[in-house]
Amino acid sequence: MEKINQIKSSGIPLPIEHIDTDQIIPARFLKSTSKEGFGENLFRDWRYNNAELNTDFVLNDPKFKGSILVAGHNFGCGSSREHAAWAIHDYGFRAVVSSEFADIFKGNAMNNGLLPIEVSTDYLQALTTAIYNNPETQIEIDLQSQTIAFEGEVYNFEIDGFKKQCLLDGKVEFDYLVEMHDAIEAYENNRSF
Amino acid sequence: MSKTLFDKLWDSHVVKTFDNGPSVFYIDRHYIHEVTSPQAFQGLEEKGLKVFRPEQIIATADHNVPTLNQDQPIKDPLSANQVSMLTENCAKHGIKYYPLGSEYQGIVHVIGPEMGFTLPGMTIVCGDSHTSTHGAFGCIAFGIGTSQVEQVLASQCLMLSKPKTMRINVNGTLKAGVLSKDVILHIIAKLGTGGATGHFVEYAGSTFEAMSMEERMTVCNMSIEMGARGGLVAPDQTTFDYIAATPYGPKGEDFDKSVEYWKTLKSDDNAPFDKEIHIDASDIEPMITYGTNPGMGINIFQAVPTDEQDQELKKSLNYMGLEPGESLLGKQVDYVFIGSCTNSRIEDLRIAAEYVKGKQKADHVTCWIVPGSKQVEKQAMEEGLDTIFQNAGIRMRQPGCSACLAMNEDKIPEGKLCVSTSNRNFEGRQGQGARTILASPLTAIAAAVHGKIWTADEAIARNQSSVESLSS
Repeated sequence: MEKINQIKSSGIPLPIEHIDTDQIIPARFLKSTSKEGFGENLFRDWRYNNAELNTDFVLNDPKFKGSILVAGHNFGCGSSREHAAWAIHDYGFRAVVSSEFADIFKGNAMNNGLLPIEVSTDYLQALTTAIYNNPETQIEIDLQSQTIAFEGEVYNFEIDGFKKQCLLDGKVEFDYLVEMHDAIEAYENNRSF
Repeated sequence: MSKTLFDKLWDSHVVKTFDNGPSVFYIDRHYIHEVTSPQAFQGLEEKGLKVFRPEQIIATADHNVPTLNQDQPIKDPLSANQVSMLTENCAKHGIKYYPLGSEYQGIVHVIGPEMGFTLPGMTIVCGDSHTSTHGAFGCIAFGIGTSQVEQVLASQCLMLSKPKTMRINVNGTLKAGVLSKDVILHIIAKLGTGGATGHFVEYAGSTFEAMSMEERMTVCNMSIEMGARGGLVAPDQTTFDYIAATPYGPKGEDFDKSVEYWKTLKSDDNAPFDKEIHIDASDIEPMITYGTNPGMGINIFQAVPTDEQDQELKKSLNYMGLEPGESLLGKQVDYVFIGSCTNSRIEDLRIAAEYVKGKQKADHVTCWIVPGSKQVEKQAMEEGLDTIFQNAGIRMRQPGCSACLAMNEDKIPEGKLCVSTSNRNFEGRQGQGARTILASPLTAIAAAVHGKIWTADEAIARNQSSVESLSS
């Protein structure tokens, strides 16, 4: 996985609460057996009215660009499909900002080099407003110092220390687990139940 | 120190804990299916690794299979490819697989318990968020992403941080016509769709104790719909009796020894929970949803909420084609779906059959009844339920996830209203533009017969004054 530390970009606002993974990538696009190409169908049924481009949807508005998605509360709820994280990353996003993430989505995102940045409701609202007022607003995310900033407004976000180090080093949990077969076997042999 | 059941199971499955970091957490049982596993196997192969503990994995094809003519080749080439990759991967890695056509094929969360592969005290994962179903047996069971499927294939472990705990207590007797599905929809409506995020739930109290295993599975199944990592019920005699009747559960001396251990699986008195909720069973009426997440639920005799400031509500009602303050009881429906890992077991089908016996499905309603597994289908046929359905004008289909997520051809058309026993009413979940009302199997079959949103006779009679004021 690519190492991640700093992301500097304008943001795309999507201030809708409880965006579920069925919206991020509808089930009918889960028939692929590879991890590639899901970005094409990201938010498919919001981006398109059947075959026609929905020009009201923010991803189709040329004013808004960037690699940071600024979404509403409880982002990524519902299905465990990792295809949601693959689709967001494949489309070109490197971070999603929200006031809360669903647990499975959050884990899936971090396993794919997509940063879930959890901020307060007030900060999220201020950031969203700033982007609407000026779509060029630059957002700076620094994973090492766990900060996100725009127009001088700085927020210190929480992130699991182990996951943070994985992302900084470009490592994944898998790399640790496969080195632990001896410890796992010892556990299996010592179980009392 | 007193511990919760969750704490006990968690502690006994930790292989190692990193300083100020996650735990290496051991997984006893891994269920896999065709949609979320191919990329995981591919990942293993690219790294030149083998499956670490193939004997702890059970596979079936369910998400993406047709529910008619299962003896014929799958028509959709992409679906066929996913299923054949699962077949290949299982053969290559020595994994027990129940393919289409085999006597135990079905929805993964239906077949695991019915065969006796899900047992109390286990840790269970699957690349599917409704893995929480298995918590009904007193398990830590939860859904995972495909990267984690790969981790479990390679090491039988995951790296996890311990979630918080929540206990949801429901006490008392349920009113006539109120099912376990109504209990969980009531809970989710109370907590909201993200109300239990970061928590693992224990369901406790006399209402759950009185439930059958299938009813408990319906409750635990929908834990994810309020954001919970999972939900469990402490095992008891009901659990042990259920397992005794399964083909692959422990037998003889093994069973007796297991029961001894299983009896220890409960929360200690005074065990601390991070959050605790109390609900009176007699406050629960048949539930339906009106919006586009499972937290947007009301009892069937209430009107759709009105809140002009609520943008989410506005957006949801716009999608659903509903008005604020509208009463849904009596509203015409187009489709009824009885199935999914939430409500496709034999008790669900019996409830539907009992209601529909001697009645007819409304002409304008398309009704799909999809059993959860080949075993459920077989049992239903032995009991003559399929004939009852047929006489009512309803064809029982073959097992699979079907219109719950509409990956196969079982799709609800755009703009059509469907009363569904599944677990999600998200936009487009049952097909592009489809409108879903979640409900119990009793409310669903009543809708199929009356051709409108309706429920059990006892509940209607009990709420006669509301029914009259709604229709006036």
